[in-house]
Amino acid sequence: MRGAEALMCSLREEHVDTIFGYPGGQIITVFDALYSFRDTIRQILTRHEQGAVHAAQGFARVTGEPGVVIVTSGPGATNVITGLADAMLDSTPLVVIAGQVGSSLLGTDAFQETDVVGITLPVTKWSYQVRSAAEIPWAVARAFYIAREGRPGPVVLDITKDAQNDMMEFSYEKCTFIRSYQPYPEPKKSAIQEAAALINNAKRPLALVGQGVILGEAEDELKDFLTKADIPAGATLLGLPAMSMDFPLNKGMLGMHGNVAPNRKTAECDVLIAIGMRFDDRVTGDLKTYARQAKVIHFDIDSSEINKNVKCDVAILADVKTSLPAVTALLKRTRHKEWVNSFKIHEQEELTRVINPEIHPEAGPITMGEVINLVSGNSAGNAVLVTDVGQNQMMACRYFKLKSRRSLVTSGGLGTMGFGLPAAIGAAFGAPERQVCLFVGDGGIQMTIQELGTIMEYNVPVKIIILNNKFLGMVRQWQELFYRERYSSTPMKSPNFPKVAEAYGLPGKKVTRREELESSIKTMFETKGAYLLEVEVEENGMVYPMIPAGSTVENLILGD
Amino acid sequence: MEKTLYTVTVYTENMVGLLNQIAIIFTRRHINIESLTVSKSSIPGIHKFTITVETDKDLMTRVIRQIEKRIDVLKAFFYTDDEVIFQEVALYKIPTDSLLDNPEIETLMRTFNARIVEVNRNFAAIEMSGSAEVIQQLFDELNKYKVLQFVRSGRVAITRSTQERLSDFLAEMEEKRKKSCGK
Repeated sequence: MRGAEALMCSLREEHVDTIFGYPGGQIITVFDALYSFRDTIRQILTRHEQGAVHAAQGFARVTGEPGVVIVTSGPGATNVITGLADAMLDSTPLVVIAGQVGSSLLGTDAFQETDVVGITLPVTKWSYQVRSAAEIPWAVARAFYIAREGRPGPVVLDITKDAQNDMMEFSYEKCTFIRSYQPYPEPKKSAIQEAAALINNAKRPLALVGQGVILGEAEDELKDFLTKADIPAGATLLGLPAMSMDFPLNKGMLGMHGNVAPNRKTAECDVLIAIGMRFDDRVTGDLKTYARQAKVIHFDIDSSEINKNVKCDVAILADVKTSLPAVTALLKRTRHKEWVNSFKIHEQEELTRVINPEIHPEAGPITMGEVINLVSGNSAGNAVLVTDVGQNQMMACRYFKLKSRRSLVTSGGLGTMGFGLPAAIGAAFGAPERQVCLFVGDGGIQMTIQELGTIMEYNVPVKIIILNNKFLGMVRQWQELFYRERYSSTPMKSPNFPKVAEAYGLPGKKVTRREELESSIKTMFETKGAYLLEVEVEENGMVYPMIPAGSTVENLILGD
Repeated sequence: MEKTLYTVTVYTENMVGLLNQIAIIFTRRHINIESLTVSKSSIPGIHKFTITVETDKDLMTRVIRQIEKRIDVLKAFFYTDDEVIFQEVALYKIPTDSLLDNPEIETLMRTFNARIVEVNRNFAAIEMSGSAEVIQQLFDELNKYKVLQFVRSGRVAITRSTQERLSDFLAEMEEKRKKSCGK
């Protein structure tokens, strides 16, 4: 068979049923082969390659399986770079297949030729050029193994036109081992004992929960671990769905706009237990003062994360799915009543000074938190929250109650504006039985608004809530606080969004008054399929609390 | 942090583009590569990179982990000068007339353990191996008689330890492979 057919057969061997993509000259043979597989492999034509890659990310985040993207050479491939960088930072498994000019033309500046492997190397887990049809099954098997196993990440296969066209004998062998890659290091017994001893002697332990717990499907193991030794825990942005919201030891979100209690307690704990998180600067602030008083235990699957930002006293290099229960087994069942209770005063302070005014304002313009709280309250139990980037993201992650596993899709590490709409489309394809709610700003939606076309074509049931404050809000917030209110390039005019939706045949509504907000939200959820709800919110709204970049928790701003 | 000259050795699978993958890890952290040698290792199918860089130990440790994180990299190590035996090779080209007119050049060559690899009517090519400093010293001496061309290689190095760390690693991996196939 042809290389292109072999590619399809290989994808089927990896149980791929959905592909996001965009055709073009150097990938046309692959799309031709895909045509014969259209009954078993669904192809989603996005309106831009960036949309395809973000949709694949959304798909991967809700399913846990690699998202698959097929694009053409040159501009097709360069348009997926942002998504690759995003997936690399957020450990999202992706397999991106790009067409390439024929191998005899490589290096001649042929039409739509770019050095795709060269460009993608710094932002991928693995990037490989396939120059012969015979190599395709091997390369696909390896690509899926690398994308999926260990710490997940994006992989690129750059397939030359002749490799797609040439004939080969197909046989497929799944990749189960690469001698230069150990995805699951075995935890050291001594480290597990040391960690357990530190925790057993701790008076004020605090756990920091990251996405590693979700990627390792170790939510239950985490709960047992925290419960047995009575350890309060904060979660990173991507780690939020790892603990259920009503779990008493879940003390909320860490970081720049996280909750007051877990942030302040980082500076008071005696043992800090990082679980599948990477001490991002948005979580730590100034490293010189960060948790200096504490002994640090770091659970991670990736050895390059150990001692990268924060030096640890005990490193447990392994999949948390195996290492957490190993430590739990050695823990004494204890209570830290006084310590756990000491979080309450901070929770109360945040509730009265920040949360209540934000979600229950008595007068004035509608606030972001108010909208999010109402949407959350009216959403289904299986809802997936998708956000764009900026104030809408921080507010949504603070005030939307995540009720189930894998219920958050957001761009954490890269902070990609324009991520939300296509990611929500991918999430809806990955979890068709779940409700998908997207919060996006007036800025972010306009970066990838063309994907409304994808929603129209495939009837994707995404609930789009645009929080329109007529500004690029997060930058505006920094300008107000740190740049003497010089609003350089942040005020923004927008089209009438429901009218744009209408042009795509999608129902929508614009809300400007508080009285009609809740009923409009209910209408949105009652309407079958996609819906666009634009809400005009406070123009100078601020996300609080805030720890300024590179600062410490002592300088936390609670607002006016 | 204090900067030290480290010798980094990286063992990789024989795949296209490895040099690029390793080089960008240094570039991204603004570490200048002082010298670089790439060749086949003593084990068939495995390539060896020997790189010298000047940096602090902390950053060196982190960079080594980033290098090992690349899928096709088998193992990476770093050493200080006292942990390795290392050499560079240099070639010097001087006019044949200088060689004939100045007998002290012969004495110099004996002292430095250098040898002539080719000589013709026009020039003599001299070769010497040694440390970067000694190579420079010989250049300074020879240049008194006008060196026409001078070139030095990157560093090659072997460890002082009696244990072959890569062979142990490969044996361990072979065990793992057998186990994973047995499943």
